Amino acid sequence: MAGLLPSKVREQALADEIESHIQLHIDDNVRAGMTPEEARREAILKLGGIEHVKEAYRDRNTIPVLEHLTHDIRYAIRQLRKNRGFACVAMLVLALGFCASVSIFAFVDAALIKPLPYTNPNQLVAVAERTSIFLRGPLSYPDYLDWKALNKVLGSLEVYTRTGFLLSTQAGAISVQATRVSDGFFRTLGVRPVLGRDFYKGEGLSGTARPVLMSYATWQKRYGGKKTVIGQGVSLSGIPFTVIGVLPREFEFAPGDRAEFWTTLDTSSSCATRRSCHNLDGIARLKDDISVRTAAAGMISIAKQLEKQYPDSNRGQGASVVPLSDVITGDIRPILLVLLGGAGLLLLIACSNVASLLLVRAEARTREVAVRRSLGASHARLISQFFIEGAVLVLAGAVLGLASAHWAIQLLTKLVPEDLMARTPFLLSLGLNVRVLAFAGTIAFFAAVLFSLTPAMHFSRAEMRKGLAEGSWGSSGNAWRRLGSKLVVLELATAMVLLAGAGLLAQSLYRLLRVELGFQPDHLATLVVAAPDITYGKDEAAAALGRQIVRRAASLPGVKSAGIASQLPVSFNGNTDWIRFVGKPYNGEHNEVNQREVSSGYFRTIGAKLLRGRYFAVAEDASKPRVVIINQALAKKYFPGEDPIGKQFGDSNLSPSSIRQIIGVMDDIKEGSLDSDIWPAEYLPFNQSPDTYFSVVVRTSQAPDSVLPALSAAVHRIDSNVGTIDEATMAERINGSPSAWLHRSSAWLVGGFAGLALVLSTIGLYGVVAYSVSKRTREIGMRIALGAEQSAIYRLILKEAAWLTLAGVAIGVVSSVPVTTFMRNLLFGVQLWDTATLLTVAAVLGVSALLASYIPARRAASVNPLEALRAE
Amino acid sequence: MSEKADVWQGTLSLMVLKTIETMGPLHGYGIARRIEQISGNQLCVNYGTLYPALLKLEQEGSIESEWGVSENNRKAKYYRLTRAGRKQLEKEARDWAQTTAIVSRFLGASEDLA
Repeated sequence: MAGLLPSKVREQALADEIESHIQLHIDDNVRAGMTPEEARREAILKLGGIEHVKEAYRDRNTIPVLEHLTHDIRYAIRQLRKNRGFACVAMLVLALGFCASVSIFAFVDAALIKPLPYTNPNQLVAVAERTSIFLRGPLSYPDYLDWKALNKVLGSLEVYTRTGFLLSTQAGAISVQATRVSDGFFRTLGVRPVLGRDFYKGEGLSGTARPVLMSYATWQKRYGGKKTVIGQGVSLSGIPFTVIGVLPREFEFAPGDRAEFWTTLDTSSSCATRRSCHNLDGIARLKDDISVRTAAAGMISIAKQLEKQYPDSNRGQGASVVPLSDVITGDIRPILLVLLGGAGLLLLIACSNVASLLLVRAEARTREVAVRRSLGASHARLISQFFIEGAVLVLAGAVLGLASAHWAIQLLTKLVPEDLMARTPFLLSLGLNVRVLAFAGTIAFFAAVLFSLTPAMHFSRAEMRKGLAEGSWGSSGNAWRRLGSKLVVLELATAMVLLAGAGLLAQSLYRLLRVELGFQPDHLATLVVAAPDITYGKDEAAAALGRQIVRRAASLPGVKSAGIASQLPVSFNGNTDWIRFVGKPYNGEHNEVNQREVSSGYFRTIGAKLLRGRYFAVAEDASKPRVVIINQALAKKYFPGEDPIGKQFGDSNLSPSSIRQIIGVMDDIKEGSLDSDIWPAEYLPFNQSPDTYFSVVVRTSQAPDSVLPALSAAVHRIDSNVGTIDEATMAERINGSPSAWLHRSSAWLVGGFAGLALVLSTIGLYGVVAYSVSKRTREIGMRIALGAEQSAIYRLILKEAAWLTLAGVAIGVVSSVPVTTFMRNLLFGVQLWDTATLLTVAAVLGVSALLASYIPARRAASVNPLEALRAE
Repeated sequence: MSEKADVWQGTLSLMVLKTIETMGPLHGYGIARRIEQISGNQLCVNYGTLYPALLKLEQEGSIESEWGVSENNRKAKYYRLTRAGRKQLEKEARDWAQTTAIVSRFLGASEDLA
């Protein structure tokens, strides 16, 4: 139809039609006796002006809403261009809020919203044993078999355990991560190899065939992506395996760490025969229509049954069934939610800031709006125009914000240490996907509504008339001041909450990094040694290797002393032992303590403090009486008011070969993560119970990282088939440990948000006060003219600012308590109601607020009364 | 000119439709003149308002247009009634008759009361 024709064609047709109309009219007029000129004049006159008709025609010709829309958008852009300063500030502030909230939301989405990449992930659960100290502890193999056979709630129950292998390469032996799984593990997840096949049912149990699957990355990196790899033999730690398949590229299993190889359980190991040896983590698929709660109840009743049946090993061993996603993403959930909250608050401040900027502009436009209304613009039309101005602003801010969020996400992902990334593979797919864009769109929509409502509210009909009548700055300014100051109080209160949160997190981080470790972490270099069982499986061989490594390491230039430990401090509480004391009543409960095997020089090397007794002697090996050193926590718990030196303990049955004599008490060493508690611990001489997998630690006289290459070279010189992993200084280990990293990143990010919030809210306050000063120039001039002192003017202005600040801070303090309650899990060593922190951040906020209002106050005090009175 | 009545809002399209129905295909100028003539020059059609009204009718599908040549050999756009337009005219004429009937009855009644 006509309306759809290109506009040029339509314009031409209209021009032609009007031309023809005029010609016809002229013809008539001439026939009636007019001169041609008169005829033409009269024709045009009667028509009502050619351009006028064309305009009326065009109005009719396009869909009016669309016409208004494009018009309004053009008008809005023109307005923003005209007020470049305002537009830039508003867009930048919005972009900031967008960037923060969108990038944090992208993390939340990747970790918490996006479902796990398995078939029906909602049916997948993590199954574990539960004890008094482990909410979720591993299963033993016999328990697993019973749980699998007896339960009626799980469609399948599978287990996995992390392990490591030595892979011979041209560059020598390298240690690779691997996971041992029960045969149905991948079928339960719903993952199928991209090449080759999955494990058969019962495969690997015989112990003769050793099938292995490899990750896609390993296939590409180590086997050049060749399909002929299937059926090939691969030697892992000297044991021949057969490659049966390659896992899909996108396959990830966070608890499996960075496993390169996946093979079946080792059911011939001594651990697999003992009910007390817990080394398997369970995953299961629920039967249809079975809830997690029902499944948990089912497993608990089986655990109870086993407890009665095998009281020695199973006493106190309950069951835990939770959604698999809780185990995979549970750790970072609280921090992500806190960060999302922080980003949301920042966005709130950014929006209120822009809203108050818009209010100021609306105020300045009172007259323009009044004129437009009186010229016939409808209320709806004006509101739609404000909406469009808001929308244009939001759109620009959102585009800017999304672009910077894209960049911020990349930056934040790069900041995640590699270790942590391996444990959180779901973060790899981070990006601006549909959900994130939808989130951004939702925020943008609400922001646009907010930004159109604020000025629209301002221009209620009554005020509009007033605006025109007074024709100048009218009393409507009061309305603005009311709403504007409310916005500023909101901003200040939100900033206060963020500052309080950041303060608490910073305190936590400070205390976490200064927590009592029980040893001197500086000048320590460490690495982990993995020796092949084939060569070093015998205790004597492993012990000899340990001694040799210590000797070589200690003689390296720049190394003062060296030691080895089965597990370095500040890693985890676990690898526990159940002990029973000789000569003390025993009720059958498990006395669970951390168990570590350390060399004689280990404690001296790490700088731990011996409280009583003595260290292990170098010669204390398997041929000597069995001895043990305990920590103070064990002494306090089991020997209250007694001297533990010389006392004995053994395993739960007090089997003679397990009995050891206590020869020393160490001050508590932080074995678990920085934020964990101290558990009772026993330290056994490495020489008396050696292993092929242990850590080496050396104290250096120079920078510790400089000896790391020499240290691993020294190990390889002893035997090139021994692998070394995780070369790092102790300080790097501690700073890079997940708890330190999580605390640091949350403190820095929330701190960053709080800093921005502080700046934005003080700018907001500055805006309100400056505006109020500009409105009161005349009044202030009058006061000065009537003899008011400068100090009185300062008081006048600062009082207003002080009230706003006080209100903001007070509301902020009150609301920060419930808000920070929700980050309780992230706090370490600080109370929610930490008066010092609250007072400090309140002072920071108060001082910056007063500084911000000092500038307009000074301007007010230096008002020239003559000029002020002449103004307007 | 001031004694002449303006065309009431809304009645212009009815007049246009009726004019085209009576006269057959006609150009804008012709329609305007015809309305003035029929009203015995009592009505003053603002020619400028005629074209938006014609466009509206065309958009509604009541009339359609075509370029043609006038009796004195001028190119002109001719408007013709469509089937929908004919129906529209019937309806509007009926409505109009009804409205005027009501109004005149109303006026009659008030006279009685007075």
